[in-house]
Amino acid sequence: MSGAPSPAAYPLLLWPQAASQSAVHVDWLIFAFTAVTLLLTVPIFLAITYFALMYRSGRQVDRGHTSDRNVKIELSWMLIPFFLTLAFFAWGAQIFDVEKHAPANALEIQAIGRQWMWKFQHPGGQAEINDLHVPTGQPVLINMISQDVIHSLYLPAFRVQMETLPGRYTQLWFKAERPGQYRLYCSEYCGTDHSVMDGLLYVMSPSDYARWLSQAGSSQSLAALGKRLFSNYGCSGCHGAGATIRAPDLAGLYNRPVPIDGGGSVIADDTYIRDKILNPDNNLIAGYKQVMPSFKGVIPEDELMQLIAYIKTMETPS
Amino acid sequence: MSPSDAVMRDPGTPQATMGRPSDYLHAQHTLRSWFFTTDHKRIALLYLASITVFFVFGAIAAGLIRLCLVVPNGQIFTNDTYNKIFTMHGVIMVWFFLIPSIPSTFGNFLLPLMIGAKDVAFPRLNLLSWYVFMTGALFTMATLVIGGVDTGWTFYAPFSTTYSNTYVIPALLGVIVVGFSSILTGLNFVVTVHMMRCPGMTWFRMPIFIWTLYATSLIFLLGTPVITLALILLVMERAFHIGVFDPRLGGDPVLFEHLFWFYSHPAVYIMVLPGMGVITELVAAFAQKRVFGYRFVAYASIGLASITFLVWGHHMFVNGQSQLASTVFSFLSFAVAVPSAVKVYNWTATIHKGNIRLDTPMLYAMGYIGLFVLGGLTGLFLATLAVDAHLHDTYFVVAHFHYIMVGGTMLAFLGGLHYWWPKFTGRMYPEAFGRVGAFLIFVGFNVTFFPQFILGYLGMPRRYHDYPPEFQLLNILSSAGSTILAVGYFFPMIYLTWSLWFGKRAPANPWQARGLEWTTSSPPPPHNFAVTPRVDFDPYDYAIKAREVG
Repeated sequence: MSGAPSPAAYPLLLWPQAASQSAVHVDWLIFAFTAVTLLLTVPIFLAITYFALMYRSGRQVDRGHTSDRNVKIELSWMLIPFFLTLAFFAWGAQIFDVEKHAPANALEIQAIGRQWMWKFQHPGGQAEINDLHVPTGQPVLINMISQDVIHSLYLPAFRVQMETLPGRYTQLWFKAERPGQYRLYCSEYCGTDHSVMDGLLYVMSPSDYARWLSQAGSSQSLAALGKRLFSNYGCSGCHGAGATIRAPDLAGLYNRPVPIDGGGSVIADDTYIRDKILNPDNNLIAGYKQVMPSFKGVIPEDELMQLIAYIKTMETPS
Repeated sequence: MSPSDAVMRDPGTPQATMGRPSDYLHAQHTLRSWFFTTDHKRIALLYLASITVFFVFGAIAAGLIRLCLVVPNGQIFTNDTYNKIFTMHGVIMVWFFLIPSIPSTFGNFLLPLMIGAKDVAFPRLNLLSWYVFMTGALFTMATLVIGGVDTGWTFYAPFSTTYSNTYVIPALLGVIVVGFSSILTGLNFVVTVHMMRCPGMTWFRMPIFIWTLYATSLIFLLGTPVITLALILLVMERAFHIGVFDPRLGGDPVLFEHLFWFYSHPAVYIMVLPGMGVITELVAAFAQKRVFGYRFVAYASIGLASITFLVWGHHMFVNGQSQLASTVFSFLSFAVAVPSAVKVYNWTATIHKGNIRLDTPMLYAMGYIGLFVLGGLTGLFLATLAVDAHLHDTYFVVAHFHYIMVGGTMLAFLGGLHYWWPKFTGRMYPEAFGRVGAFLIFVGFNVTFFPQFILGYLGMPRRYHDYPPEFQLLNILSSAGSTILAVGYFFPMIYLTWSLWFGKRAPANPWQARGLEWTTSSPPPPHNFAVTPRVDFDPYDYAIKAREVG
C-alpha cells in the first residue's frame, strides 16, 4: 500500500512501530518506569556484589557496629519505593481511562473472531478477512465478538488489545495518526491455528481510505443490510413501526433503559439486544407477554451485527 | 551429635557392631522400607526423585519449544503438535514440579528437623500425600505424553470445554487428584507447626523458612479447593454440558478466568514464598550473620500469603472486566510489591558486614536476588493498566514469569539442594563443579529469557508457533541461551548423583550454620535427634557465637 514497507522488512526490530499518539504516550510510561526500575535495582545489584567481595571471608575488614534491626530504615525502604511506583499506577490508570472511553464520533467497525480468522465489517458494508484498513485522524471503535472460543484482537502499533468473547460484545478504540503497514494478531490462545490468526493493519490517509472503501466492493451499508434482515427474519411483523400490541416498537431503543418484568431496568446496549434476539426468555420486558421465538442458531454473528446496526438507526417518531 | 559421627557411620563398619542407631538412609534397605515409609525424610526423597523425573520431561518439552522457534514459519512440527508440547511443558512444570518442589522436598525433610520434632504431625497422611500426588501426576503425564492435550496449562473455557479435540478430561482428572495431595500436605504442615515445636521453640524463634512454609501451607489449604472445584466444573461441562462456562449453554467463560486465577495467582506465591525462605537461610548462613529485620521478614511472608488472594483480577484487565475492578486490582497488585521489597532489601542488609563465603549455595542465592528483583518489577509493569493493555499475552509475560519461577523458585531450589545436600545424603558435592554449574545456569537463563522481554515489547504474542520473520533474530538468541541453560542443568544432575557414592563424607555442620537441623548428624538418625532439643536462643544467633569465640 502506497509504498509503505511491510513490517517484515525490518531484519532486527528493537523498537516497536507506533501508529498513534497514545502509543507514544504508553512508550513514555514504559521508559520512565524502566528508569525508576533501574534506580531501584542497580544500587541493590551493586551493593550485593560489593558486599560479597568486600566482606569475603578471610578479608580483614571492619565488621563491627551492625545491628539486625532498624525500624526507621525498614519502613523507609518499604514505603518510599511503594509511593514512587504508585505514580506509575496512577499514570497507567489515567491512560487506561482514556482507552476505555471512545469518543462519540468514532467510526465503528465490527469485528468477528472465529477459529482461525478475523472478519471486519465497515459501516458502509465493506467486509475484509484478517486484514484491516483504517483512516488516520479519526477515532476508530472496534466492536467485536467471537463466534466460538475466546480470541483477543491485538494491535501492537496502538499498544492495545481486547479479548473477543463469545456471547458478549467488547470494544477497543484508537486514533491512528501515522499511515503505514502494521501487524494485527490474535493474542489469546485459541487452538490449532492460533499463531496464523494474524493479518496486516493498513493505516491510510482519509482520502486513501475513502478510495479503498469505494473499491472494496460493497453494495449496501450495514444498517441497510440489517433493515433487509429485519423483514426477512420476520422481525418487522411484530416490531414494526408504531407496534405496541405483541411487541414493543424498537424506535429509539438503543442505549435506553428498558423496564424489566418484576422491577428494575437494563440498558439496551449491543450485548443486550443480541441476547434478546437469541434468548428472548431472559430479562422479560414489563407489560408484554413473552411470545418471541428464539433465533439461536438461526442468525449468524455478522447478521446480528447488521441487525443491531439497523436498530441503532431507528429514530424515535417525533 | 558431633562431627565424629561421620566416622562411626562408615558403611564399611557393620552396623550391628556399632551398638547405636544408624542414620535414616541405612536403617533399612528393602524397597518396602522406602515405599511404605512414614519417615518424613524418606518421603522427602521420594518426592525429590519423582519431581526430578517430571522436571526432565518438562525440560525436554521446553527444549522442543525453543528448537521450533528457531525458524519463524513453524516448519519443524505441525501447529497441533506445537500446541501439545507447550501444554505439556506448562502443565508438568507448574503442577508437577514447581508447586510441589520446595514444600514437598525441603519442607518435608526440614520442617520437623528445624522445629526439633521427630516427624510431621501425621506421618501416614504424609505418605498418603505422596501416593495421591503420584497417582494424579502419572495419570496426567501419561495423557500428555501418549495422547496429548492442547489447551495450555490455563485450560480456558470454552476452548477446553467444547472445542478442543484432545484428551482434556483425563488431564484434568490427574491435576484435580494432585490438588488433594497439596491440601493434605498443607494441612499436615500447619498442624505440625502449631503442635510439634520442641520446648523453647516459640513462633519468633522459628527459622524464616518455617514461616514461609507455614504461609505456603495456608495458601494450599485456602486456595487449592477453589481450583479443584473449578476444574471439576470444567470436567462436568465437557462431559455433561451443564452450562457453566460455555455461553452457548448459558454459561460465562469469564467466570472460569476468575475461578482459575483466584487459585493460580496465589499459586505463584506457593512457588515463590518457600524459595524466599530458602534464600533467607542461605544468606544468613553464608554471611554468618543474623537475618536483618527478622520480624519484618516473618510478617512479610504472612502478608504476601494474604494479599495474594486479592490480586487475581490483574490477569483480566483486557477481558471486559469493569474499569473500576481493574483499577482496584491494579492498585492491590502494587501493594504486593511492598512485602516482596522488604525481603530483597533485608537480604542485602544481611550481607552487609557479613563474613561471606561464595560457595555454590551463596552463588545461587545472589543470582536469585537479582533475577527475582527483575521478575518482580516487570510484574509491576504488567500490573500497570495501560502497559498491560499492550504487553498482556505477549512474550513479555512469558519472560516475566520465567524470571519469577525459574530465576526465583528454580534457583532457590538448586541453592537449597546444595546447601542441605550434606544433610540429606551425608555426602558433600564437588564445590568447583557446583560453581561452574551455577554460573552456567545464571548466564544461560538470562540469555534465554531477557530477549523475550524485548520480543514482548515489540508485540510478539505468546503461544505462537508461526511468528513474523522480524522476530527471528531474538528468538535464535533465546534458543541459543536455552542450550547453555540445559548444559547448566546437566552439571548438578551428574555431579550430585556421582556424589551419592563418591562424594566426601559430610560432617554434621559443614557450613558452621545455625538451626536445629545442623545439630544432628548428617544424615540424621531415623528419629532426627538423640535427645529432644531444648531451645533457649534466637534463630540465626551468629553474633553470639562470634562473641563466644572472640
